[in-house]
Amino acid sequence: MPRLHWEDFHPGQVTECGSRLVTRAEIVAFAAEYDPQPMHLDEQAARATLLGGLVASGWHSCCVLMRMLSDNFLAEASFLGAPGADEVKWLAPIRPGERIAARATVLETRPSRSRPDIGFVKFRFELIGTSGAPVMSLVVSPMFGRRAAAAAEAEPARGCS
Amino acid sequence: MKFFEDIRVGEIAELGRHIFTAADIKAFAARFDPQPFHLDEVAAARSHFGRLCASGWHTACVWMRLLIAHRRREDDERRVRGEPVAQLGPSPGFRDLKWLKPVYAGDTVSFATEVVEMRFLNSRPGWGMIFVRNTGRNQQGEQVISFISSAFVECRGKETQLS
Repeated sequence: MPRLHWEDFHPGQVTECGSRLVTRAEIVAFAAEYDPQPMHLDEQAARATLLGGLVASGWHSCCVLMRMLSDNFLAEASFLGAPGADEVKWLAPIRPGERIAARATVLETRPSRSRPDIGFVKFRFELIGTSGAPVMSLVVSPMFGRRAAAAAEAEPARGCS
Repeated sequence: MKFFEDIRVGEIAELGRHIFTAADIKAFAARFDPQPFHLDEVAAARSHFGRLCASGWHTACVWMRLLIAHRRREDDERRVRGEPVAQLGPSPGFRDLKWLKPVYAGDTVSFATEVVEMRFLNSRPGWGMIFVRNTGRNQQGEQVISFISSAFVECRGKETQLS
């Protein structure tokens, strides 16, 4: 059973969700598949663009953040996906060899009006670059299972054993 | 890419379509969004989605790929006609992203983009900012994704200044 349910999140909570290196190889591989623009593919061509050098696709940043949150935060929570995202800001480019850290801040929580077994938690998720400043921010309200619903589900299982 | 001055609010481009196969959905999820409902048919059947469905980030990334392919086709046609091609700059982000319905294994999603707003930028001479509403519809015509993104586009004025 997951350790974290909707009830465990409170406005103001901050969770550090690990860090990792972003390599040139993965920047180029992602771009070749999903965002084949010169600024993400080739150092020389990237120099002539507005950002002045090779940088990760913004969608790659979203995907890297999602993976970091999955591994270091959501894996132990009753995470049920999200119906959308309020906003994503690509604040600064992520360059090859940069070490980035992920951070989750709870902004607000609300129960679902139609589904008593789930609730929404509004987060600001951030990727923090080597300089310590955020390079990306995502405001999103994922759904989590509620503790009472999880306990009710576990009840018949105990009866069978 | 067209130059900023040649773009009009209301312009719509059909970007093409993509079939989300089960293998495609699982491969993307294993790399970036390893939730049981994106990875495994049995786990997905037990989840609130009911069936294996694509990561919402996967749907958005396919939109990006089809947009770039569309722009490239347009640019190639411009070069054949001997017309200049504007640079598409980076994007500061997007907003109002809605994953309206799950994209299930086997679904075909058709993507489109519509210009909704344009701004000249005092802070970056030679570049304008466009805002576009991007949508994807499944084979039943139901919208599965919608979001508003922005991007820098080169101005024709810049070209004149340089020459």
